[in-house]
Amino acid sequence: MFTFAISVNTYKLTTMTLEDFIKNIETEFDDLEPGKLKADTVFREVFDWNSINALILIAMVKTEYGAAINAEDIQKSKTINDLFEIVKSKV
Amino acid sequence: MAIFSIPNVRMAGISAAVPRKEVSNLDYKWVSVKDREMLIKTVGVEKRRVAEAGTATSDLCFASAEKLISELGWDKKEIELLIFISQSRDYIIPSTSGIIQDRLGLSHSCVAYDIGLGCSGWVYGVSAMTSMMHSTKIKKGLLLVGDISTLTASYRDKSTYPLFGDAATATAFEYDESAPPIDFNLESDGSGYDAIIIPDGGMRNFISKSSFDYKKFGKGIYRNRFQIALNGIEVFNFALREVVPNMKKLLQEVSKTTADYDYFVFHQANLLMNETIRKMMKLDKEKVPYTIRQYGNTSSASIPLTIVSELREQITSRKVNLMTCGFGVGLSWGTVAMEVDKIVCPAIIDY
Repeated sequence: MFTFAISVNTYKLTTMTLEDFIKNIETEFDDLEPGKLKADTVFREVFDWNSINALILIAMVKTEYGAAINAEDIQKSKTINDLFEIVKSKV
Repeated sequence: MAIFSIPNVRMAGISAAVPRKEVSNLDYKWVSVKDREMLIKTVGVEKRRVAEAGTATSDLCFASAEKLISELGWDKKEIELLIFISQSRDYIIPSTSGIIQDRLGLSHSCVAYDIGLGCSGWVYGVSAMTSMMHSTKIKKGLLLVGDISTLTASYRDKSTYPLFGDAATATAFEYDESAPPIDFNLESDGSGYDAIIIPDGGMRNFISKSSFDYKKFGKGIYRNRFQIALNGIEVFNFALREVVPNMKKLLQEVSKTTADYDYFVFHQANLLMNETIRKMMKLDKEKVPYTIRQYGNTSSASIPLTIVSELREQITSRKVNLMTCGFGVGLSWGTVAMEVDKIVCPAIIDY
């Protein structure tokens, strides 16, 4: 099912699909091989996870989806899909 | 809503001073080479100026002010207002403004006071300065804004140490009934007071032996309670939440669009944060100058320092419409929009 993310601060119209969410992450993190991230990927195992990565993720979610995620949202997520579900619930 | 316009005051000149000593984040051995590279790329700070022990913010302000007054050809007797804005004052008691008033040789008939603000300091300072000059008709005023932030950052705290640089600035204002109004939108949210904080040393937590005990707050983050703590994610989210609506509200209030402004000068917080805000505001790169790469986050000095460093040629030769926005510690944020027309601007002073 395709839904569109439209929020008060819509800067781009990004489709709210897991596929696009992964693509958006791959665009921001250039060390990442395309196709490596899957729905059940535990992102802390793929990234050398640090607070700068968290900021990059927050910035991407804000510009692409107009949604704000916080430290707690990231902390309680394990997989890419967990993050995706949180973003989806906020747009 | 604190949205207002102040007429009858023009900006006459602006100057900045930085310490001579330059350090590179490529040499920040507390973190790995890979982390240093990521830091430079994402946070955007490659080099920073660092004050030598014993140099105070007022020394840098004094150097900026002396140079600016001499290039303006001002009669010092006519300077009747001096505001010093900083979070790194010379002493706990007294205020720093008086020390600078005396050192500059200004008359006793000069209103001098301090305001304690950081990232939003210059924007708030322009509002305090112009409002008072407008209401009192004081002819000439000096706004001195800057910080020495490197002294209070822990070397073993990767979340603060590589971020900050030292700088101080002077901005000169003249009473002028032909000046176009200066527009402001100022806001505050003290519920986030601890997002950027030095917890000990004030009256709430008076300085004690335990203020100097180092504690671990995370991987690569060790500091004591007399050093600055910065909750990066909280500040990041605050800026992404508040800055764009603040600027848009002001634009709406004055019936203008971003196309009416030549340059947007932001507090140099962090490259990723500023670039996200730039994209949210749909601003062209050419209209958004940066100094974070060569000077770091210089706290209250970052907006005037960026104007002097990046827009000197423009502001000294023609009419330029500027919109500037400061945001951070407090939490405090605000936008000021103004026209500057062939003002005096000496090159950055190496102190």
